[in-house]
Amino acid sequence: MTAALHDAPTVPVLGEDTHAKRPSGVVVALSGGLTAALGAVGVALGLAVIFGAPRHLRIGWLLPLVGVRFDLDPLGGFFMAATGAVSIAVGIYAAGYAQRERWAGFPMIMLPLFVAGMLAVPAAGSVTTFLLAWELMAAASLALVLSEHRRVAVRSAGVFYAVMTQLGFAAILLALVVLSAAAGGDAFATIAAHVGGIAPGTRTAVFVLTLMGFGSKAGLLPLHAWLPRAHPEAPSPVSALMSAAMVNMGIYGIIRIDLQLLGPGPHSWGLTLMIFGAVSAVFGVLQASVATDLKRLLAYSTTENMGLITLALGAAALLSSSGAPKVAAIAMTAALLHLLSHAAFKTLGFLAAGSVLAATGLRDLNKLGGLARRMPGTTVMFAISALGASGLPLGAGFVSEWLLLQSLIHSPHENNTLLALTMPLSVGAVALTTGLGIAAMVKAFGVGFLARPRSPAAEGAREAPASMLTGMALAAAACVVFALAPALLGPTLRRVLAVLPAVGGQAAGPALGTYLRLPGVSGSMSPGLIAAALVTAVLLTLGLARWGRRHRPAAAVVPLWACGADSLSSRMQYTATSFAEPLQRVFDNVLKPDTNLEVIHFAESRYLVEKITYRTLLADPIEERFYTPVVRAVTTWAQWVRRAHPGSVHLYLAYGALGLLVVLLVAR
Amino acid sequence: MSALAAVATALQILGVLAGAPLVVGGMRQVRARLEGRAGGGIGQPWRDLRKQLRKQQITPRGTTVVFALAPAVVAGSTLLIAAIVPLIALGSPLDSAADLFGVVGLLFLGTVALTLAGLDTGTAFGGMGSSREITIAALVEPTILLAVFALSVPGRSANLAAIVSASALNPGQLVSPGSVLAFVALAIVIIAETGRLPVDNPSTHLEVTMIHEAMILEYAGPQLALVEWASGMRLTVLLALVANLFIPWGVAGAHPSLLAVLVGFVAITAKVSVLGGVLAAGEVFIAKLRLFRVPELLAGSFLLALLAVTASYFFATPTN
Repeated sequence: MTAALHDAPTVPVLGEDTHAKRPSGVVVALSGGLTAALGAVGVALGLAVIFGAPRHLRIGWLLPLVGVRFDLDPLGGFFMAATGAVSIAVGIYAAGYAQRERWAGFPMIMLPLFVAGMLAVPAAGSVTTFLLAWELMAAASLALVLSEHRRVAVRSAGVFYAVMTQLGFAAILLALVVLSAAAGGDAFATIAAHVGGIAPGTRTAVFVLTLMGFGSKAGLLPLHAWLPRAHPEAPSPVSALMSAAMVNMGIYGIIRIDLQLLGPGPHSWGLTLMIFGAVSAVFGVLQASVATDLKRLLAYSTTENMGLITLALGAAALLSSSGAPKVAAIAMTAALLHLLSHAAFKTLGFLAAGSVLAATGLRDLNKLGGLARRMPGTTVMFAISALGASGLPLGAGFVSEWLLLQSLIHSPHENNTLLALTMPLSVGAVALTTGLGIAAMVKAFGVGFLARPRSPAAEGAREAPASMLTGMALAAAACVVFALAPALLGPTLRRVLAVLPAVGGQAAGPALGTYLRLPGVSGSMSPGLIAAALVTAVLLTLGLARWGRRHRPAAAVVPLWACGADSLSSRMQYTATSFAEPLQRVFDNVLKPDTNLEVIHFAESRYLVEKITYRTLLADPIEERFYTPVVRAVTTWAQWVRRAHPGSVHLYLAYGALGLLVVLLVAR
Repeated sequence: MSALAAVATALQILGVLAGAPLVVGGMRQVRARLEGRAGGGIGQPWRDLRKQLRKQQITPRGTTVVFALAPAVVAGSTLLIAAIVPLIALGSPLDSAADLFGVVGLLFLGTVALTLAGLDTGTAFGGMGSSREITIAALVEPTILLAVFALSVPGRSANLAAIVSASALNPGQLVSPGSVLAFVALAIVIIAETGRLPVDNPSTHLEVTMIHEAMILEYAGPQLALVEWASGMRLTVLLALVANLFIPWGVAGAHPSLLAVLVGFVAITAKVSVLGGVLAAGEVFIAKLRLFRVPELLAGSFLLALLAVTASYFFATPTN
């Protein structure tokens, strides 16, 4: 009996670049070192601004008419520091990765450039500078996604990413141009000063357009489709940068433009953010829980976490506009803290996935397994990341999700039907997200790293080199801090919150000490104490299990129980597909899987099975439903337009003459 | 926190440790008698534990530290829950360190440890059990958190002492629609989470039906003892928690007297015995659900929990 599983693509170990020569150590160290150094500068500058005075920088000659303008305030500093911290870990990791994967020179140049672009976005103080930095970030990331452009999948993902990122840019461009025209100035400070005079219709239009633009960058539904394509196909350090730092810029845009500059908005803004956030979170985690490609799973998990952050932002805006600034401050703290912890555990997740990819050439969980014995360091790293992503106690995501839930359950509900309906549904969405997130992460870790190897490539895996492990260890240390001692982040978060009056900035945020205490509502928790108590309890039970030891025969290592057969083959294990099958069946209506089971019997008897073929294809239903029609319409239209240029030079000259005539007539 | 409150917490831990096998034995005995069998007696699980603890320590080939440590993590997290929740007295030293969300998180931490151990064995059974267990856990989580939400509305806090004392001070709340719906929802998810009928049959070893048992099939001897002990403790703690959330009488205060601690101990023993007996008696009359009907049951309980929150929002009696 054979079963064929065709799911996620398998990447050949070195692609077609087997003959590519190893890059020189100096170049590699220079690129990785520059990336890490830029990151360190970002962290230092960000922290300096958060705890010191805002900084301003104007470079008039760099851009005609308006000049380049940087204004760093605590909000920008926060995002700058987060991006910088991710870049440090990725830079150190990339030095080893580039050597092992034989990178060409081009991606090594683009990597620091990408980081520079990302650091410039939150520092931008005017619309022009912001758009410039945004485009630098987008273009550099696109070039990096395409660094393995010899593979078809990479090229297709690149086209997808290019189109979506540029459409998003167009939306942001339009919104910001409208905004600065209405406010009569290019600098954010000018806009903030004149925002009161902008008509409500214009404000709403700007809100909708920026939500589309920034939402597509953050991977929110339905504009998430580039994310599960581009992140898996990009080299892993780049995936880590994109997934842990670049998507944050979408959130930054929403906070800066929609909540800080335009806010406080009407109830509907907060509600819109909550709906988009909740739908993205549930959809993202559902796709992650059935994904079989490790990096695709992590990419969908990014959509999930960005959804949770957006939900928290929306809750903060809604609570603030409903007259509950204290609870709004809790929600906003949850959003900022989750952004940080997501950055930490997602960096670690993608870097660990990159180590696996470099060691085995595999991303397909159905072919992995048994890495715990072969790559113990990477396995521990991925375990820390997965624990963080699942939102369980001792994990990096627990504290922020706890704060989010507290803000949702403590919303004032007297005589407020809107809150009385939205908050329980939001708690349900967050809880379903957490539940499915646990399933997704158990699958990724349990199937990918534990059990026995499911392919020869996984069997021959070897541990990542020291620089890659060092990069991962930095991110892991951040995860541990967020999980056990969020108190260290208390002052930073308080200062960032203070510059966000539209979302409860005046109210005192939650006190993050050994005990997390919430002002105005009763509720407390202590992640550090829970961890210590849990360790004690586990040691206690291990002590209990020693009871009766005197009577025991010596311990033994024995074969697994094989139901009486000779031995178990590794093909008898559950795979990622079979592990997620019950969930896939439960959420059949949403996921719409395309499964095909073919049973071929022996000619002699219908009772004897010769061969079983099982194929399952899990396409993104949103992509199929919304994107395919649009792409088809554009293609049809393009075919029509094509008839106008058949290649005749005479015709083109006529077009030119006609066009010139029209221009002259109009401009007369 | 007084010294007696600490004593009460220690008594909770010891009570759960010692009482869990007795609860399991009692429930089996009730079932046996109702089914017309003699039964092994209430002390049988304790005798089993002693037997298993004296057996050889066995490590299946190819398993990692995850498999070896999972039983201790499940048992440890359950013991920690026993120390946090107010079973005998309200003043647990850990009460402000973890609220009900934290308790739910610890519960799931134990579940995750066992599912990873099931996958770690690399057998078909282990994977099958893990896959089913995690599916149910993922669907249980929304209901549990919504029920927590509904319970936290009257006391305006998700900390357990606050919830229990709020409902003890205002017993009228316990028969409100929100509270009743939350009770039913919580009862269903506890049945699912502890692997009782109709979600899982703890006494089955049939491939197509088993969930929890498939996951722990490779455990033997002392490790199996720990797993079974832990699952008994989970059942006991959750039954006791539900009992105190919805029948808050008899729980000693934050600064209890010796008598109050004793009353609390007797009260919780009585409550758990009655609840366990009712659960066991109920199990006699129902059959196990098909695996793919379980999500429907859980969806139903989710709806109940959602209604509970909405009801407690709309019918909330202003307490302050």
